[in-house]
Amino acid sequence: MTASFNARNAVAALVVAGLVLLPLYSSLSGNIFILTLFTRIVIFALAAISLNLIMGYGGMMSFGHAAYLGIGGYAVGILAFEGIGSGFIQFPVALASSALFALVIGALSLRTRGVYFIMITLAFAQMAYYVASGLARYGGDDGLTIYKRSDFGGLINLSGKVQFYYLCLFCLLGGIYLVWRIVNSRFGLVVQGLRSNEARMQAIGFPATRYRLVCFVIAGMMCGLSGALNANNTDFISPAVMYWTRSGDLMVMVILGGMGSLFGPVIGAIVYLLLEEFLSQLTEYWALVMGPLLLLIVLFGRGGIMGMLGRSGRD
Amino acid sequence: MTEPLLRVENLVRTFGGITATDNLSLQAAEGELHAIIGPNGAGKTTLITQLTGQLQPNSGSIHFGGRDITRLPAYKRSALGLARSFQITSLLRDFTAADNVALAAQAHDGHSFYFWGNARKEKHLREAAHATLSRVGLEPRADVIVSRLSHGEQRQLELAVALATKPRLLLLDEPMAGLGVSESARMVELLKELRREVTIILVEHDMEAVFALADRISVLVYGRVIACDVPAAIRTNEDVKRAYLGEQHAVTRHD
Repeated sequence: MTASFNARNAVAALVVAGLVLLPLYSSLSGNIFILTLFTRIVIFALAAISLNLIMGYGGMMSFGHAAYLGIGGYAVGILAFEGIGSGFIQFPVALASSALFALVIGALSLRTRGVYFIMITLAFAQMAYYVASGLARYGGDDGLTIYKRSDFGGLINLSGKVQFYYLCLFCLLGGIYLVWRIVNSRFGLVVQGLRSNEARMQAIGFPATRYRLVCFVIAGMMCGLSGALNANNTDFISPAVMYWTRSGDLMVMVILGGMGSLFGPVIGAIVYLLLEEFLSQLTEYWALVMGPLLLLIVLFGRGGIMGMLGRSGRD
Repeated sequence: MTEPLLRVENLVRTFGGITATDNLSLQAAEGELHAIIGPNGAGKTTLITQLTGQLQPNSGSIHFGGRDITRLPAYKRSALGLARSFQITSLLRDFTAADNVALAAQAHDGHSFYFWGNARKEKHLREAAHATLSRVGLEPRADVIVSRLSHGEQRQLELAVALATKPRLLLLDEPMAGLGVSESARMVELLKELRREVTIILVEHDMEAVFALADRISVLVYGRVIACDVPAAIRTNEDVKRAYLGEQHAVTRHD
């Protein structure tokens, strides 16, 4: 690759370096809070990356992506509750159940386009939310406390703050690498071609729906992983993580950072969650600041923060 | 009698109260260039979209290469060797010219469930793309994003994309639309070359081009074929003259 040195790549490299070195800063400065905050940010960045794969590259405006946060989380929570503490079981179950959910709702939703697709994905996620609320054995509305984090034997201890942070960061960087490979692969070109012009792609011989569906499932699994990590991070899972506003948050992160840019959603997650954190300390009405800010970005900064930093490599 | 490559029988398609395709029958033999002409609103594009499978007819049948494809989805027809160009340029605007053509080649090179390797580095796809681009004279513009190509170049690219699928039958929906005089002339030259290799159905308003190229011409008026013959006979056909010289009431009913 002749990746030209430009502002976008520079920012991406700086952010990765910052994320890698963060625990060092945290231990030197004694600021434990920042590590906790960034663990959360890294987990949501992974969810945003997965949403960007279908929304930014695939043109599938899913408004129900938070469902996978819940499914991945409940896989960990329910198994832990039933006495199965091994991460080697919990995580594969989280991924498999997310994939299954994505397969079923994708097969139904992908028959529709545009606003209908947005509404039907929203409806399915809300259904998952109400199902979780009805799980009386697992806390129903109140949620379920996870008393013991996923156990990976001697491999890694998820209760160690630094170890857990690095696990999350590893998953995020792995996710970015995976998305990068996918979008440049045959499969990725087909999916992006379908976003660009579906009629043309059908006319040259591509069956649209099956490519979209596979992309939808991959994104669902990545977000399910994010959900499993999130449940471990909060030691708690409740239907609230699946609520439609959570799906909205993920969409905002992607749009804020830059739809269809590889690294944009990470920047979006960082900016969004940092703003939320600090504005909410200043005022209860932090959304009043966040709202106009988002409007400005959407109106004037097409392509989000990454878009403002210049155009992408192939130019 | 040998089976024609394309056989359309009694095709009907209505939109509400309008019959866009009215009991239309048509045949195209292997190797011929069959032109379809007709006034605006005659249903030419509606016919093309039914042939490619984007639109389903209400009744009638379409046989391609001896096989009934009436209910086949567009992508399967493409796999059988049916390709089209669009009247209103329809390309992947945020991809390069080479990407557009390479994707068409990729569509006919097995399935595309490969998630890892860089598709832009697959040599045979890139080579096929560049070869096709140079056929239509676009090779020097291979790495330009489509939205930055001129209209004429986009029309050429439309053709290249269709060719890259290695079709048996090429459906060209007004390839000269919006082209300047010299660009049109170049397109005619190109079509003269292509017709030696592939059967072509050409929908076109440019009469000079049609009469220069076509083996046979079908004249479409209000969804019906009112004449189908060699160019010389079409030129002198009374019904066709009326349709084109404004006496449309002679061939249509105002009801």
